[in-house]
Amino acid sequence: MKALGAATDVRRLGGEVAAARALVTRGEDWIDAARAAHESKGRLVSLWGAERPGGQPAVLAAYALEEGLCVVELALRREAPSYPDVSGLFPAAGRMQRAVRDLHGIDAEGARDKRPWLRHEPDYPFVRVEGDGVHEIPVGPIHAGIIEPGHFRFSIVGEKVLRLEQRLGYTHKGIDKRFEDFTVAEGHRLAGRVSGDSTVAYAWAYAQAAEAAAGIEPPARARWLRALLLERERIANHLGDLGALGNDGGFAFALSQFMRLKEDWLRANGEAFGHRFAMDAIVPGGVAVDPDPAKLAAMARHAHEIEIEVRGLRDIFDEHSGLQDRFITAGRVTPELAARLGLVGLGGRSSGQAFDLRVDHPVDPYRTLKVKKVVYIAGDVAARVHARFDELFESVRLVQAIVAGMSAGEVRVPLPTPAPEAFGVGWVEGWRGEVLVALEAGRDGRIARCHAHDPSWHNWPVLEHAVIGNIVPDFPLINKSFNLSYSGADT
Amino acid sequence: MKIARTGMVSEPSPAAHEEWRTRAPVIRADILRILGRALVIRQVDAGSCNGCELEIHALNNPYYNLEGLGIRFAASPRHADMLLVTGPVTRNMEQALRIAYEAMPDPKLVVAVGDCGRDGGIFGEGGAVCGGVSRVIPVDVTVPGCPPPPLALLQGILTALSIGERR
Repeated sequence: MKALGAATDVRRLGGEVAAARALVTRGEDWIDAARAAHESKGRLVSLWGAERPGGQPAVLAAYALEEGLCVVELALRREAPSYPDVSGLFPAAGRMQRAVRDLHGIDAEGARDKRPWLRHEPDYPFVRVEGDGVHEIPVGPIHAGIIEPGHFRFSIVGEKVLRLEQRLGYTHKGIDKRFEDFTVAEGHRLAGRVSGDSTVAYAWAYAQAAEAAAGIEPPARARWLRALLLERERIANHLGDLGALGNDGGFAFALSQFMRLKEDWLRANGEAFGHRFAMDAIVPGGVAVDPDPAKLAAMARHAHEIEIEVRGLRDIFDEHSGLQDRFITAGRVTPELAARLGLVGLGGRSSGQAFDLRVDHPVDPYRTLKVKKVVYIAGDVAARVHARFDELFESVRLVQAIVAGMSAGEVRVPLPTPAPEAFGVGWVEGWRGEVLVALEAGRDGRIARCHAHDPSWHNWPVLEHAVIGNIVPDFPLINKSFNLSYSGADT
Repeated sequence: MKIARTGMVSEPSPAAHEEWRTRAPVIRADILRILGRALVIRQVDAGSCNGCELEIHALNNPYYNLEGLGIRFAASPRHADMLLVTGPVTRNMEQALRIAYEAMPDPKLVVAVGDCGRDGGIFGEGGAVCGGVSRVIPVDVTVPGCPPPPLALLQGILTALSIGERR
């Protein structure tokens, strides 16, 4: 990967994902790699800390480049370890660097914001907005509805939001560290519980990483079943969120209708895969369940029925002037802002950031299926609603194409014990955005270290910008239009 | 038009969900006998992966007709008869959970949801997580599952109600 400039020792990683890893030892090389990635229009996918075998601290960054994913690992000194800040180039790095400091005591030299992020202490210093008539609304960590916990601090004048500051980390469970209690062969279960609504995306990314580390490939039918599961997960989440978006726009009818369709969809998952969210269906080496042909055929028919229902509901949405009045212009993120802050996934594609791993770096079966990328530039709630409808219909097409195109055969091969220090990555376009898992094997098939990254890391800070100038009652709607993960970003 | 075409999807439906049909009136009668009014639940996510919340949301879909049973979710613990808590309880949520519990009027019921709510589940105990809900507040009933499906949640709620009766 020439884009990385001076970085030495760049090695291609095995496995399904086009990826490479560069080991560097000097801060200059670390920052050169970040600059090179930035100049070549690359994206920062994730930044995390780790302990190398033997206890040496290290910091890692994964960049999305045109050729694929590149992981840069900087080995650090043991005493007062530090590395150059990259949040000036990639603003999304800011919170990740704060997390690295909390979890590993590794400092980002020159970073402006060094407040703790995951390590909670009393009296967190929120940024204060002062002026005539400005007051604050604190919300959370426990929210009014059935939602994950987090704290939002609104500074407002009248009904208008001047500033939103988030304080997250409430669901921090130390997942990266917890991985080390498992073997490579069993870690998919934990990966599948980083963010429950994206269990398939995480399990697939983990399986990719484990298979790369072990040097095996999953059988063809397993790859197709994985894509089937991923598209089913995308449809399930879009159904739920479209209903909730209608509800937050004052249209409870939508919630009842979409939740009914989602329930049908989850029950079908339960019948075909033995679990309503298909947790633990994807395993290193393949998939654990192979539905019989009758169930697969029923799945394709069901997808068709859902499409007809949702097309009808979309017409109702489109013709409902009250709903459209709430959606249009609410929570706008311009493509310029989205590019600068690194908005990814569904939110990014609604603001002109045309990244979709299924198209940009397709693995099987996406190479064959040729996914149609959905891109809008308006960047408001309306655009994100349109994107969800479009992506739902595309996923319906994919479900049908997968059922029709899947070949017979085995669905699982044994996972050999990976050699110590074997490294692999997984990179999957979940319904919310790109999910990354980076895995290194230890002795006796154990996990030496593992990092799971959620796209919400990037998109939460953008939400702070999206609500500026909107009225407080529109916040739930704007928030739901992104529907970011707390657990995934708090890990 | 759409509403008319959709019709009533609320279960009980024939045959396929017969068990649910017989259970619903029982639940309603129990709630009425024990509380003499609707059961109000405050849900608290004390650190879950959000999987349990998805199923609690599903419990609110028209199939399960929850409000028809007299069960409703409230925004404040001060209005709640029952705390429905998902776990594992993280260190960062420990205090908020305790405050929510203390804010509830007596008598209070607590249902710990899911394998993680029971004992920390796959996340275990230690480090950033306290473990199961009972590590932090008294628990009346734990509902196993990862996540427990809506019917199991409903059964857990009913079980807690019958405990309330025994007290």
